[in-house]
Amino acid sequence: MQTYDLQANSLRELNAALHAQTADTNQTAWEIVNPRGSHAIAVGLDAPIEVEVKGSTGYYCAGMNKQATVHVHGSAGPGVAENMMSGTVVIEGDASQYAGATGHGGLLVIKGNASSRCGISMKGIDIVVHGNVGHMSAFMAQSGNLVVCGDAGDALGDSIYEARLFVRGSVKSLGADCIEKEMRPEHLDILRDLLERAGSDAKPEEFKRYGSARQLYNFKVDNAY
Amino acid sequence: MKDIKDKRPPQTVPIQSATFSNPINAEIRRAAATGIYDIRGGGAKRRVPHFDDLLFLGASVSRYPLEGYREKCDTKVTLGTRFAKKPIELDIPITIAGMSFGALSGRAKEALGRGASAAGTSTTTGDGGMTPEERGHSTKLVYQYLPSRYGMNPDDLRKADAIEVVVGQGAKPGGGGMLLGQKISDRVAEMRNLPKGIDQRSACRHPDWTGPDDLEIKILELREITAWEKPIYVKVGGTRPYYDTALAVKAGADVVVLDGMQGGTAATQDVFIEHVGLPTLACIRPAVQALQDLGVHREVQLIVSGGIRSGADVAKAMALGADAVAIGTAALIALGDNDPHWEAEYQKLGTTAGAYDDWHEGLDPAGITTQDAELQKRLDPVEAGRHLRNYLSVMTLEAQTIARACGHNNLHNLEPEDLCALTMEAAAMARVPLAGTDWYPGKPGF
Repeated sequence: MQTYDLQANSLRELNAALHAQTADTNQTAWEIVNPRGSHAIAVGLDAPIEVEVKGSTGYYCAGMNKQATVHVHGSAGPGVAENMMSGTVVIEGDASQYAGATGHGGLLVIKGNASSRCGISMKGIDIVVHGNVGHMSAFMAQSGNLVVCGDAGDALGDSIYEARLFVRGSVKSLGADCIEKEMRPEHLDILRDLLERAGSDAKPEEFKRYGSARQLYNFKVDNAY
Repeated sequence: MKDIKDKRPPQTVPIQSATFSNPINAEIRRAAATGIYDIRGGGAKRRVPHFDDLLFLGASVSRYPLEGYREKCDTKVTLGTRFAKKPIELDIPITIAGMSFGALSGRAKEALGRGASAAGTSTTTGDGGMTPEERGHSTKLVYQYLPSRYGMNPDDLRKADAIEVVVGQGAKPGGGGMLLGQKISDRVAEMRNLPKGIDQRSACRHPDWTGPDDLEIKILELREITAWEKPIYVKVGGTRPYYDTALAVKAGADVVVLDGMQGGTAATQDVFIEHVGLPTLACIRPAVQALQDLGVHREVQLIVSGGIRSGADVAKAMALGADAVAIGTAALIALGDNDPHWEAEYQKLGTTAGAYDDWHEGLDPAGITTQDAELQKRLDPVEAGRHLRNYLSVMTLEAQTIARACGHNNLHNLEPEDLCALTMEAAAMARVPLAGTDWYPGKPGF
């Protein structure tokens, strides 16, 4: 295992070393100690490596991740796994705003709670939050799945496109054009798979599904505020 | 029978109201009939103080000129010298502004790349991601990082020669955008990860940062992903140019792109285009002042856009302190947009060549602002690219002509002292003397 101490080594050295790994690297296990809330840790990775971050991170940890598995043993600041393309990011603690924003693929697991705008503009990513999510989560969410094992805040799924939202607890309010939808067998299958991969023991049958009413897809003056 | 008119006293001549003019009345009637605001492309059409209101003071007894055509007048510019490991070096200080694949056809994007590359300058992606033909035909390509993040991915980020974080644009500072469903072809829909045929909203602010402190961290992330190689531009719409420039510098920008209200858009509300933002002329001096106050003028380069049409405009923008300019609308016209050749078809659309601005409808007779398979074929990207190259060449020669006449062997040596203003407004905005005086409104000591 390669260990990087962010109090002794620079962020640039760390990311350069991680970027140097290729698809057939033998150095697949990496450990980062003393992150102490540093920003942009393990961003832009593009190799099948596993990165263990021993502590909490600042903004944009694992941003634009491809292939890699990044495991944060702490909480994550704003924009964790933003624009992720593939791979897996797991946060043991809580996540701040914009978790998984604009993500195109891969799996983001947040074992604690996620703050506001979780999954904003998501474009194919799967996000599983074991706890609650804050207001405006899945705003303008385009595709992918957001699974919330706890409660959702105000304006869930405002202006949503084709993303699927699954919430086990309460929803404080739904945003514009977001409605509850029928939970069909194929949705239960998707949910079962995501919960299993995310290490949650919640039952798919306990969730409700939300998605787009598709009334805002083409501009109508009556929809303008 | 004698005409009854002959017996009437002299009549007043019908007078149209300046306030309720024919275009205004037509808009009132259109709004009353439809209940929806007007959406269009392009930039502000109203008359605002502009580069036309400035004149150069050529050399005379007190200054000597350089020989036109023969003596050297350098046009090169390097962008991104502050932090980027690989700054962009351009042969000319005229770049192509960001315009999306989606708003424009793939052929139009190819033509822009061909023309810009032949002229030794850069072109820029837009809201919709990077297309292979655009990358392939652009020697220097700036990749826009926009609020929508349509098509954004780290591979294209690394393929880019520079990254432009778009905070706003001059046509609609503070506003997002809308690509209407009729322009959403299969390919456009796939690139944007949305269903075909629906209106695609481009958000007005970024999804994962707000404010200059966040922007600084966002720029750090982009630099880390791209190994600190790429110049990072920050593009703002002209509203508070002093503070926006200062904050962009504080956030770590290598280059500030400042777009005035004459800068175009693919589509937004007409009321937005005409009533929000500052004229380009009013933006430049405050931005330069901010750079000077922070001690980074020329270290952080300033690109000015919005209504640049000629070498004279280029020279004037640079004399006021810009390092380079960007063109969008003018580049489209060079490709063939609004060409009188298509007048009969413009007439069918209820408009005329030169006034066509319903770019969002996708019916462009010139085949530029469309995704229609047949209309696109009207644009030959090779020929259109050649036209753009010619146009960029002419603009450069014109700017050099003026610079030499002012005694400068480099376009970047043009300075405010080379200029005077024809109007009080232009004098105040450009902070150069009113013609024939040594005074401008707001000049210290008066």
